[in-house]
Formats: sequence, C-alpha cells, structure tokens
Amino acid sequence: MSAPLRVLIVDDEAPARSRMRDLLADVSVELPVTIAGEAANGREALGLAQSGEIDVVLLDVRMPGMDGIEVAQHLQKMQRPPAVIFATAYDAYAIRAFDLHAVDYLLKPIRAARLQEALARAAHSVTPVAALQDLQQAPRACLSAAERGKVHLIPVEEVLYLRAELKYVTVRTAAREYLIEESLTRLEQEFQDVFVRVHRNCLVARAAIRGFEREGGESGEGPWQVVLADLEERIPVSRRQQHLVRELAR
Amino acid sequence: MARSINHNANTGALPDFRNFGILLRIVLVVNGVALLAALLQVRIIGQWPTQFTENAALVEPLLILSLLVLAAAGGVLRRLPYAAAIVAVLAIELALTAALHTLGRNWFLVDAHALPRWLLIVALTTGMLLVYFDLRGRALSPALAEARLQALQARIRPHFLFNSINAVLSLVRQSPRRAEAALEDLAGLFRALMADNRELTPIAREVELCRQYLDLEQLRLGERLQVEWHIENMAPDALVPPLSLQPLLENAVYHGVEPSEKPGVVSINIYTARDRLHAVLRNPYRATGDHHAGNKMALANIRERLQLHFDVAAELSTRVGDGTYEVRIAMPYVKARKT
Repeated sequence: MSAPLRVLIVDDEAPARSRMRDLLADVSVELPVTIAGEAANGREALGLAQSGEIDVVLLDVRMPGMDGIEVAQHLQKMQRPPAVIFATAYDAYAIRAFDLHAVDYLLKPIRAARLQEALARAAHSVTPVAALQDLQQAPRACLSAAERGKVHLIPVEEVLYLRAELKYVTVRTAAREYLIEESLTRLEQEFQDVFVRVHRNCLVARAAIRGFEREGGESGEGPWQVVLADLEERIPVSRRQQHLVRELAR
Repeated sequence: MARSINHNANTGALPDFRNFGILLRIVLVVNGVALLAALLQVRIIGQWPTQFTENAALVEPLLILSLLVLAAAGGVLRRLPYAAAIVAVLAIELALTAALHTLGRNWFLVDAHALPRWLLIVALTTGMLLVYFDLRGRALSPALAEARLQALQARIRPHFLFNSINAVLSLVRQSPRRAEAALEDLAGLFRALMADNRELTPIAREVELCRQYLDLEQLRLGERLQVEWHIENMAPDALVPPLSLQPLLENAVYHGVEPSEKPGVVSINIYTARDRLHAVLRNPYRATGDHHAGNKMALANIRERLQLHFDVAAELSTRVGDGTYEVRIAMPYVKARKT
C-alpha cells in the first residue's frame, strides 16, 4: 500500500473543520489519509502548506480576508503545489465556474463517499491556473512571488508601484522589490480601484501618491514625476497621462 | 395622519380620500375627462384649449367641493360595507352636482336643462374612478405582495441553510445536546419562515426568532459574531410585520461579520417612544462591498410590507458612516389585542 495521503484542512469555521476531521476519519478506513494540519484562514494555510509535505488541500471557498480561490492561486506558485479540492456550501457563481472548468469541488454538507472519491482523484490531478484566474471574482488580497521555491505573500495595500519589465512585473513595497510573472494589463483590470496607470509600463498605488514634481526641480519645464510615500525614487508620468497630475494632485 | 393600520387588505375598499396620492389621481383623471370632452366638443382641433378652459371652469368647483366632502366623510365612508360605500359616494357626488347646478346657474351661465347630462357625466366619471381605485387596491393587496414575499422567503440564503446544517452535523458526534438545540432553532426559524405571514406579530416573537437565528450563526462563527441587545425600553406587545428584523440581521451577518477576520459587533436597539416603535440595527461596514443585491431585495421587501401595514406612518432608512451600516425602522406603536 502507498503512503497515506497528507491532507490540509482549510476553513474559517471551526465546526466545519471539525466535521471534515470526522469525515476524514471515516474515509481513512478505506483510503489511508492523515491530517497534516488545519488552518482557519488563507495565510495560515499557505504557511502550513510550505512548511510541511502536503498532498491535498481541502479548501473552503468563502473565507474572510483571502478567499479559497486566491489561496489556490498562491499555492500554485509552489515548486510542487498540492492538489486542491474546493468545498463550498452554496455559491452559485463558484459552482457554475467550477463546472465550466472541470475543477473538482465538494458541496457542504459533504458526504464521506463523495469526499473519498475526490481524494482518490486528487492524487493525480492538476489544478488549471488559468481556470483559477477566471474564478477570481473580487480583487485578490495579496500578490505572491516565488523565490527559491518559497512563496512570498505581498499584501496589495503595501505595494507602492507595479512596473512591467520584459516578461516580469516588478512589485515595489517600502521594504523591497519582488518579481512576479503576471501581465500588467491584467493587474490593472483586477485592481482598478487601487492602482492608477501613470505610464505605459507602470501602475502606482493611488493611496501612496504624495504629490507631483517636475523633473529637474521646481522651476523646470521637464515632464511630471510622481512622488510616492516612503520612496526616494520618482516615477515618470508619461506624456499621455499628464492629465492625471491635475486630477490626482490634492 | 394615517395613524390607523391601513386595511386595504380585503379587496373592495374605498381609497383613503385623505391620502395625497389618491387626491392627485382623482384630480388628474377628472381633468383628463374634461380634456377628452373638450377634444370631442370642438369642431376645429386648434380650439381645444379654449374649450378645455371652459370645461375646467365648470368642473373645478365641483371637483374641489367633492374632494373636501369626501375627505371629511372618509372615515365614516370607509367603515361602511363596500357596496353601501359606493352608493354613498355616488349619492354625494350627484347631490353636490345638483346643488352646484342649482346655486351656481347664474354665475356659470349653465344651461338649465343640462342637469341630467351633468348628472350622467358625474356618475360615469365617479364610477370609473371607483373601479380604478378598486383595481389598484387589488393590485397592491397583500395577496400579491405575499406571493412576492414567499418568493423571497424561499430565497432565505441557501448559504446559511447549508452552512448551518454542516455546523449541526459537526456537533452530532461530539455534543449531541448542542446539536439538538441547534436543530430546534433551525426548525423554529423555518416554521416562522413558512408561516402565514400576513398578520402583524408581537415584536417579542420577532425578537425570539432573531435570537434563534443568531444562535445558529454563533455556532458557526464563534466569537467572530458579537451580538449586543438593547431592548429594555421595548414594549413587547408592539405589533410588527413578521420577519421585519430577522432578514436584516441575516444581511448584517452576511455582509458585516462574515467577510471579516476580526470579530464584528451586530447591535440591535429596539425601543418605544412617544407612541412609536423604533428599531435600529448596526453592523460593521466594509467599503469594498460586493454582492449587495440580496441586501437591497430584503430591504425593499420589508419597506413594502411596512407600507402595506402602516402606510406613510412607517419608515425605513439606511445610513453608512464611520465603518458601520445602520438600518432604522420606525412605525406606529400598535398594541397586540389581549386574547
């Protein structure tokens, strides 16, 4: 017999986690499983998934802070991402989308037999990343960058600007820079309330804008630049976006 | 003004002649008839304004007088059986017409032989208006509204139902007693949802329902859900439309508490003051609100039912401020009859 399946339970509601434990105990009679951990939110889940060897994550869709779909997307950045099985009580949108993309999911209340099926399948299934992006309804709470096999979460509110360079996007926070493999256009669409495009290759956080100044000093006639909080660096405003200077300057 | 409960519930009732909306409709229809008459009377279409003014000069005094008399007699009329009330209204109108015709003949230069024609026109117009108000009353009657209400109740968030069942299932093995209590709450809640909800219910019962609901949510959410009750100054016998608070709490939990990792406070403040019953519900509010459709629907439904029972004397308002969302309801304090 193969080694037992290592399962991580992720749900914000304690009774739901307890129910899942009971079910896994029932299932383990026929399908060897061990509970590798439990998490009450997305961040905890990512931490646990990376610190231990996990085969399957049972992931609740509707959670505060970071929803299940987002957690799954961050998990995919791991070197060996675990299989994901979503669980939801009722979410018409998610269920339609899951069906559309043939993503496996469980409906709460979950039946032991159904859980066993899903676990057996999960061992050799791949979660389609593109499908997850489609499933994401609300903007994510965090961006994630993979560095030396480790996934870093970057809370969106800490991001000062996003700049496209070749095939990567540089994510700048007050502390440091990260590289992520996403398209700037997609990021702009997802976070349109948070970022504003000041240049063809750059989105800056609206909340971080402290003002504008001319390149080459006060009296200069040079192009406008954005001054951002906690940052020496100035971001040039492109010719076509000059109107933003008037709109955003307070 | 409209302090009494508006019982246009039973079909076939006179409209409230003191209601501004009703008055406006009468004025519009009567003048519409005058305009129609003008269009029929003139030989050249361009002359209609002159003719209309002439007609109006005759119609308006009668109209104003009628409205005054009906408003004054409204209370008595509405207490009559519908058939008798119709006869009474027609009689009033015809008498007024005859009186005006006789008294005002010299001022308005009306043809003395025109009385029968006028009586006929007035009778027809009055009849038309009564039919219209009857139909309108039926259209707005609780029968229809209730159908819509039931549609809404059938939509009690499946999210809540399935999550609650899931939570109860988790209790079955470890603490059967708590599972029992939770199932009883669930049953109580669904009994209330499926009941015949046309009659007003004492607020104490609605509060009981709210407690059952919140207990169930507490089971799932634990200390993330904090509830504050302030009902010391509530008259428990005050009558309210059933399910006027529970759906609001459901919204409060769904939009205010569940989306947050931090504990959220739902506060319920109910009090009676100066012959009015007030209910104020508050929950935390996050600016990044998505799916608000359910919220709007529940609010519209409750507003509609308040209107149905209390007309303009009840109000429902919402306010966002300071990280909280607030719903305020005020309605006349109507006591439950002791049985």
